Amino acid sequence: MSNTKIRRLTIARAMAEAIQQEMQSDPRVFVMGEDIGALGGVFGNTRGLLEEFGRERIRDTPISETAFIGAGVGAAQDGMRPVVELMFVDFFGVCFDAIYNNMAKNNYFSGGNVKVPMVLMTSTGGGYSDAGQHSQCLYATFAHLPGMKVVSPSNAYDAKGMMIAAIRDDSPVVFMYHKGLQGMGWLGTEAAATVDTPEQPYQVELGKAKIVREGSDVTIVGLAMGVHNALKAADKLAEEGVNAEVVDLRSLVPLDRETVISSVKKTGRLIVVDEDYQSYGVSGEVITSVVEHDYSLLRSGPKRVAYPDVPIPFARHMEQFCLPNADKIVAAFHAM
Amino acid sequence: MLISRETKLWMYKTMLLSRRFEETIEQIYLEGKTPAFNMANGPIPGEMHLSNGQEPVAVGVCAHLNAEDIVTATHRPHHQAIAKGVDLKRMTAEIFGKQTGLSGGRGGHMHIFDTNVNFGCSGIIAQGMGPACGAALSRKMQNKPGVAVSFIGEGAVNQGAFHESLNLAALWCLPVVFVVEDNAWGISVSKQDSTAVARNDVRAAAYDMPGHFVENNDPLVIYKVAGDAIDRARSGGGPSLIEIETFRLAGHFMGDAEAYRPDGEKAFLESKDPIPAFRKILLAEGTTDVALDHLKDQVEEQVSAAIAFARESAYAPAEDALTQVFAQGEYHE
Repeated sequence: MSNTKIRRLTIARAMAEAIQQEMQSDPRVFVMGEDIGALGGVFGNTRGLLEEFGRERIRDTPISETAFIGAGVGAAQDGMRPVVELMFVDFFGVCFDAIYNNMAKNNYFSGGNVKVPMVLMTSTGGGYSDAGQHSQCLYATFAHLPGMKVVSPSNAYDAKGMMIAAIRDDSPVVFMYHKGLQGMGWLGTEAAATVDTPEQPYQVELGKAKIVREGSDVTIVGLAMGVHNALKAADKLAEEGVNAEVVDLRSLVPLDRETVISSVKKTGRLIVVDEDYQSYGVSGEVITSVVEHDYSLLRSGPKRVAYPDVPIPFARHMEQFCLPNADKIVAAFHAM
Repeated sequence: MLISRETKLWMYKTMLLSRRFEETIEQIYLEGKTPAFNMANGPIPGEMHLSNGQEPVAVGVCAHLNAEDIVTATHRPHHQAIAKGVDLKRMTAEIFGKQTGLSGGRGGHMHIFDTNVNFGCSGIIAQGMGPACGAALSRKMQNKPGVAVSFIGEGAVNQGAFHESLNLAALWCLPVVFVVEDNAWGISVSKQDSTAVARNDVRAAAYDMPGHFVENNDPLVIYKVAGDAIDRARSGGGPSLIEIETFRLAGHFMGDAEAYRPDGEKAFLESKDPIPAFRKILLAEGTTDVALDHLKDQVEEQVSAAIAFARESAYAPAEDALTQVFAQGEYHE
């Protein structure tokens, strides 16, 4: 790896490079979805691929999510490795049967004889006043249903390695990328998601969380945009002399409960940040992981900073009022 | 399209196998369910959707298919599975929920997968159509032989998946054939009460593909029409839509009181049972009673052997429920 070239990439470019490299080395890999060809994906994650691979393998689809996600399942079962894009996760309502009844269950219902090596990539997140049919995260909706891995990177390095790992995985993987981290300026991007990324292909193991900041006083757990809010909160807490540890979950399925538990063993305090709806979601699951393991690890009640259980409003001040942010995380710590 | 005598005998024998299999399953299904019918009881629990009456569709279409060809079927899959060559013993064991079943008991009768013959099914209406398009796309992209056939019921034609899949298949000129089994009833709602057109073959025009309608559950006509459509798909001509007028002799599922049927319908349908009718044709063409009875004996042996295999097989340990969730056989808590 000594001669590996390192560049700063956005998540969008890191995803595109991962797909490109897998397509170069594996003829079974192809992409289909809406506007993934000439446009290069609404969120930039297939940019440049049409020019290199052509229309057969970079396949624009009609607006027919049921048909083309179902087709992804059929192609994966027949030996291909499709990367299929559901443009906004909010659109899952028109095509969920293909996802949770076919993609996620056919391995099980065939006793492991039918593999579905498919990546379903989809955008999540708001913060740019697109209202509640184009801004949701819905992490827990997917993670709740067995049979599909569910991952969401917070930076370009992880995005590339996790996309390569997802394409090579024999299980279906839902790859959720946050619009606010894509490096698309028109979405008001988070600069810290654009990081050094090696040119050589590499994998980031799915199902492994990462401690992205070490600390001893409180564990702040998040994923995707939540990680960046947690890191900003940790900076603020540091000014008060509080040493926060930040855990990037990276994967929701499999969920790396061990890393969270180990961190809380050290800190005794737990805050979970989640841009998905609060109830019945990621925050409850992470807290339960710790409490079920050993409730005495906690020196105070756990806290969550999540999206309130309301449809996401349009007006900027209303949406921002609802979204998790660093100040809310700091306030949650102070309330412990 | 000429039909060889050998093919006709295969069609007869396969229809008979499906019928005798289901008649036997029907009896066993009721074990433990009398006097009070509780679906959860007996050696075969759960819903049971029988296909008796619809055998001509399965044999007329599958007579043209090889093991490499793909079939996606429905919640009523037995006749198609048998005609496609699914391992009957392992399918029966699956219906019983046994360890030797195709999925070790995880799937049951609505989730039959046999990778040796590329057969799969889904219990959700019309949702095999997208996967059939994808399998066909896979063959086309890999330049490998094989066509996909997606069986659906006439109740599926008003699903979005139907229209989306027809459009996608035509747009991409995929080697896929969509076969609508029109048994006239979507559970209790009749075709005329659910569908704006009398015949669904006309809907093919909306997607610029050939549409065919086969009347009267005739295995020989089904064979010809399906053969043309499958040949067309194989030779790169693209998809077709076929609607076949058939009928179910049983209820939607076992336990269905069928009060929605008009008086006399059941008796009328039984008088049109396609299997005795096909036997008459074969006899008229010179096949002997002895030869056909010999086929029947073979069928009885196959059914008995499959049932015995299923009955004698053990149940998997209950903890096996926690395996095969993901591709490496694992389960993530």
